[in-house]
Amino acid sequence: MNLATNYLGLELANPIVPSASPMTLSVDSLRQLEAAGAAAVVLPSLFEEQIEHEAMAVHAALNFGTDMSAESTDGYFPEMDDYNTGAGDYLDRLRTAKEALSIPVIASLNGSSAGGWTLYARIIEEAGADALELNIYLIAADAERGSAQVEEEYLHLVEAVRKSVSIPLSVKVGPYFSSTANMANRLVSAGADGLVLFNRFYQPDIDLDTLTVVPNLVLSTSDEMRLVLRWMALLHGRIDASLAATTGVHSAEDVLKLILAGADVTMMGSALLKYGPELITTILSEMIDWLTAREYMSLDQARGSLSQESSPDPSAFERSNYMHALVEYASKR
Amino acid sequence: MKPAQIVVDGNEAAARVAHSLSEVIAIYPITPASPMGELADAWSQRSDPNIWGTIPEVVEMQSEGGAAGAIHGALQAGALTTTFTASQGLLLMLPNMYKIAGELTPCVIHVAARTLATHALSIFGDHSDVMSARQTGFAMLCSESVQESQDLSLISHAVTLRTRVPFLHFFDGFRTSHEVMKIEGLAPETITGLVDPKLIADHRERALNPNRPVLRGTAQNPDVFFQAREAANLYHDAVPDAVELAFNEFAELTGRRYELFQYFGAPDAERVVVLMGSGAGAARQATEALQARGEKVGLLVVHLYRPFSINHFTDALPDTVTSIAVLDRTKEPGAVGEPLYQDVVAALSEAGRSNINVIGGRYGLSGKEFTPPMVMSVFAEAAAAEPRRHFTVGITDDVSHLSLTVDEPWQEPGDVIQAVFFGLGADGTVGANKNSVKIIGTHTDQYAQGHFVYDSKKSGAVTVSHLRFSPRPIESTYLINHANFVACHQFGFLEKVDMLDLADEGASFLLNSQYGPDEIWDQLPAKVQGQIISKNLRLFVVDGNAVAKEAGLGGRINTVLQTCFFALADIIPKDEAIAAIKESIESAYGKRGEVVLQRNYAAVDGALAALHEVTIPAAVDSTIEMRLPVPVQAPDFVQRVTGMIIGGKGDLLPVSAMPLDGTFPTATAKWEKRSIAPEIPIWDPDICIDCGRCAMACPHAAIRIKVYDPTELEAAPDSFQTKAWKSKEYAGKNLTVQVAPLDCTGCGVCVDVCPAHSKEVVKHKSINMEPKLDHVDVEETNFDFFLEIPEIDRTEVRIGSIAGSQLLEPLFEYSGACSGCGETPYLKLLSQMFGDRILIANATGCSSIYGGNLPTTPYSQNADGRGPAWSNSLFEDNAEFGLGMRLAIEGHERTARRLVSEMAPQLGGIAAELLDADQSDEAGLKKQRERVQTLLTQLKEIDDPLARELETTAEYLVRMGVWIVGGDGWAYDIGFGGLDHVMALGRNVNILVLDTEVYSNTGGQASKATPRAAVAKFAAGGKATGKKDLGMMAQSYGNVYVAQVAMGANMNQVVKAFSEAEAHDGTSVIIAYSPCIAHGIDMETMMSHQKDATQSGYWPLFRYDPAAEALEKPALRLDSRKPTIPFKDFAAKEGRFAMLSRTNPERASFLVEQAQADIDNRWQLYEQMVDVHRTAVFEDQEDE
Repeated sequence: MNLATNYLGLELANPIVPSASPMTLSVDSLRQLEAAGAAAVVLPSLFEEQIEHEAMAVHAALNFGTDMSAESTDGYFPEMDDYNTGAGDYLDRLRTAKEALSIPVIASLNGSSAGGWTLYARIIEEAGADALELNIYLIAADAERGSAQVEEEYLHLVEAVRKSVSIPLSVKVGPYFSSTANMANRLVSAGADGLVLFNRFYQPDIDLDTLTVVPNLVLSTSDEMRLVLRWMALLHGRIDASLAATTGVHSAEDVLKLILAGADVTMMGSALLKYGPELITTILSEMIDWLTAREYMSLDQARGSLSQESSPDPSAFERSNYMHALVEYASKR
Repeated sequence: MKPAQIVVDGNEAAARVAHSLSEVIAIYPITPASPMGELADAWSQRSDPNIWGTIPEVVEMQSEGGAAGAIHGALQAGALTTTFTASQGLLLMLPNMYKIAGELTPCVIHVAARTLATHALSIFGDHSDVMSARQTGFAMLCSESVQESQDLSLISHAVTLRTRVPFLHFFDGFRTSHEVMKIEGLAPETITGLVDPKLIADHRERALNPNRPVLRGTAQNPDVFFQAREAANLYHDAVPDAVELAFNEFAELTGRRYELFQYFGAPDAERVVVLMGSGAGAARQATEALQARGEKVGLLVVHLYRPFSINHFTDALPDTVTSIAVLDRTKEPGAVGEPLYQDVVAALSEAGRSNINVIGGRYGLSGKEFTPPMVMSVFAEAAAAEPRRHFTVGITDDVSHLSLTVDEPWQEPGDVIQAVFFGLGADGTVGANKNSVKIIGTHTDQYAQGHFVYDSKKSGAVTVSHLRFSPRPIESTYLINHANFVACHQFGFLEKVDMLDLADEGASFLLNSQYGPDEIWDQLPAKVQGQIISKNLRLFVVDGNAVAKEAGLGGRINTVLQTCFFALADIIPKDEAIAAIKESIESAYGKRGEVVLQRNYAAVDGALAALHEVTIPAAVDSTIEMRLPVPVQAPDFVQRVTGMIIGGKGDLLPVSAMPLDGTFPTATAKWEKRSIAPEIPIWDPDICIDCGRCAMACPHAAIRIKVYDPTELEAAPDSFQTKAWKSKEYAGKNLTVQVAPLDCTGCGVCVDVCPAHSKEVVKHKSINMEPKLDHVDVEETNFDFFLEIPEIDRTEVRIGSIAGSQLLEPLFEYSGACSGCGETPYLKLLSQMFGDRILIANATGCSSIYGGNLPTTPYSQNADGRGPAWSNSLFEDNAEFGLGMRLAIEGHERTARRLVSEMAPQLGGIAAELLDADQSDEAGLKKQRERVQTLLTQLKEIDDPLARELETTAEYLVRMGVWIVGGDGWAYDIGFGGLDHVMALGRNVNILVLDTEVYSNTGGQASKATPRAAVAKFAAGGKATGKKDLGMMAQSYGNVYVAQVAMGANMNQVVKAFSEAEAHDGTSVIIAYSPCIAHGIDMETMMSHQKDATQSGYWPLFRYDPAAEALEKPALRLDSRKPTIPFKDFAAKEGRFAMLSRTNPERASFLVEQAQADIDNRWQLYEQMVDVHRTAVFEDQEDE
């Protein structure tokens, strides 16, 4: 069965791409993912904010206590050769991954300053990434800034990065736009070769024992795939870019549904963390079984076959659940 | 090729040479020599080789005695070996030095000469330490400057190989060791040109080696020892010529010519001053000035002090000399004169020039300023008809009247730029200034000098940087007092420090100010306004904090102020200066990350736009007054002496103002209202739960609680906060939690530990940090009233509880420790629980500095005048020192008891009561104190010599305690032998180890208490070995009470441990986890870190009570639970561990894994130990 797919211009053997997660951190687990059948990998994000925070923390630690008394003039830590701040560590991992793998390696970047996005995008390209995924999340908490301003910020950023690199560029965003379809289009116009839908954020939680706020990330479930499914179906065929579905992709069924809706690739994180790289092998074989049983010639045949454009019931993707339920209730009467 | 000019301090200059010419370096930290060892260690860590391509092995020992032993061994086995030390450290090396010299072994010891502790410790420079080594047989070569400390370092290493006589190379501590100077570096061929490989081969040939075995270190008898001692004479005799030869060779190679005795001045001089060390610069300037007036004067600077070559000495002296003044930077009480004086007198006598009149004086003890006018007064004395044979210079001696009057004015040439900067310890001012010296030194032809002065506080300390830039080499080895540039980096200093006193006419004054050029004038104290107007100063302001914040550097203002200095000083064209600053930022911070560079560059770029000149009004119109150093109600001594020292005028105090024997009053810290906190804690009584944790945790005794009868509130100010005490313990009484607003350092630890928070707003606790300016006036009034509320009767308090202990008056308050110090809460608790009846023996270290450094003393007294009596002996002997106190107390008590018994018939019933008194609790102690009072009253009426004797010892009938206090450097390393012996003796002393797991006071060197995986100086790659388990070692004696505590983890356990330790009739040891800034943590959360330390099993809590054995209970009791969080989670939160994860992640994870294994193993062992009974196996329980 031909599962080949094109994502961001990269020819992939199948549509399973492990997303940025601890699973894609070490070269050992990357090798396991490749062996299990992953068609490409997305490395964990380079976080500009983290890099800056670490460098400033090292700076502060080395400055702390310097010249505080005549007996302690040089601070409390010895000066060392290398603090491994900056992107060096990330680039090393990228290069190692490139050397170790024959599948495409997609780097991921989360910047925090305009200069940072383009700077790090460039050095990621130089380090040999096959493509770059911009992992953008801005919590628009400032009541003074309207949605248009926030959207402009996204677009500027994509434009700036597009100008500074020539490798394929995908943009990973969350679902929280007033007009997701419009935004998707504008992101593509700004230079995105593909969209990765959707980001999942760290969400705050409250510890009732300590009365503290504890942000963390919980693993996704298959249910969360539905939101992605809707947007794959709505966007397929309507924008000139690759579509990657991410969040809630846990099984062959999930993958198939998303492909039918129109995804070019499906990205997996939580499920791999939960079940291990072998899950990819299982999914691929179950997909083949399903496609074979229904006499598909290739996965491409199925792609987008239930997108909104191709669906017998296009309005199904636009209905809200409430409406749906009400109508059903009424018709049963 | 001419070697590059470099900008270094004396320590680095000497250490570079030493490292390049050594194979084995054994070190131990001691101020001011520590940087030499640290640098050597750092160079070896980064694989810098010596000149033969081998990386010198640098090993940190447990003491200087250990270091000396190690170098002796390394020498015996044929290594080229060196060490670095000072002061008491050198004294600990003396025994080995005799051996090393006696065995004719080439070796160099570099000494940053420092005062020996006598009536007081001092870290500053004089020659009392090196003068103690002059009989060892070491040659002694003295450097007077940073340049020389490099050059003569090389001469020492070269000549020791040529002569086989070991060398002590020394230069003045701080003045030279820490002075940053532009000097000419050494070309590698100069080094190799002076060191003959053949001599190294010879040294190796003499090594102990089983292939050609010999024996050294014999014991000899009267028949031959003497002859053998004389056998090496010719080697010592050869040293002066060998040094001269090396000096000549060196001059050939470098053009810098040195003499054994370097003469300067008139060829036909009649009067000559002889001295050695850094004072030479000032002396040359004075000589030159007097010569210019036509006086026939000269100066003889001693380089080679031992062997003292009479020939070279007299050859250097003009024939015309009729009188000599010898200046010694040491004191030898009881001697005919100080050592150099005696040498000169003897040399002249032997040379047949006894016609020269010689006088001798002391100068510069403990780094006392030594200036050209002082030298002029010495020359004047030498010219007097009847000069004083012995004198002092630099002080006013109104007791023995030995001091010379110094009245010559002194002004440096106008083309010398003299800049003085006032900064706050750790605000980066000093670092930036060192940097400026480097920039100007390397970018211009100007000579550059930086010297830095610190006050003795560890929090809120004032640093003063003295920078000179001159077209000529700088010889001014004294502080600037005619500055043409003055900078104040901290606005708060304006009212506290008289900075403009040293501003010259027309100088520029740069002020870091939140007020702009139009507002600033109204914010200046009247005195400052007056100085600006009368001296015609130009005033500039920059809001450094705003620029730094804008650049993303938080409050780090150093780069901003440095840029402004360059703009105003105009030594380098502006653009060039800015490029140079950025270049130096790149070289200093490049390794730390791009963002660090970018933000600092931004600060540089933002600085100039924010710099404004202020138009100076014609008249003084301010009503702001400078703050008095101490309030007017302070006691006489504090007014006369302490206040002068606080006000920076200690140099003006005459001899008569000083105690004779180093005895100082306690309870003086409260008069030094430092007011250094930007935010202070404010109490919200509505949600307070009366727990006392804030007071317990406060490192500065600035949060206090009192319980009192509501009637006390009648005179309370309206603002005074109070609440009813909740529990029945003090039913009907009121509670107040009060901040001492001017004494608080603003660390925030109290807020971190407060468990009570508002139901409505979780972040609002029962105690909250708020801007001081909003509260200070009200809180000052409240605190004054609070102090008037009577202290609680100690007999009414359950002392062994958290809140109970905190109701007791702290007798340790407002120390100069770091803000948020982890050690001081334990000392405060100790002072509360037992402070009115204890002696404290304090090992040298942080606790002796914040406990005993002038000007003020945190140990205080209660209303009866009782409080801790404190003393510091040395670093290494503290356990023994405390034991001695115990033995004395017990002796007095025995005497008193014997006398009471003997006088029982005269004394009546009270005798038995006194002897049988139960003093196990406060009530018992109170009763016994009353009995002793009664006894003393009775004795007055008894006319009997026994009564007189009993009067002197009666107070020892009240139980006293001895607490032996020190840090881990003392307890685990240098003092462990003594600690071990004291534990073995089992006498009734209490040992409190304030374990910061690192040498905190000397700047963070690793000790045996440093844990595996932590980064520290001398453990730059992360400490590879585990922490020594001192608690288990102490337990092995079986009869020693041992507790391991961490206040932040379990306050109750700490209080219990202190109670039990004090009650234990034998030796007790408390090992107290004490977070330190060396841990790389935010000190505000230091108590929370302790919680993590315990929960991870990194710092398990336990008490080992031998008394429990008697009750057939296990002696060891674990007070913390099985570890619940992995070590790596704890480690990730502390810079000392996290730093290694950054620099070497693989090694970090390897060491962290091992550290986890340490924890697991130790926990398992402790759990097993809990079940172990030490009770003997009875005969009927035979082995199966």
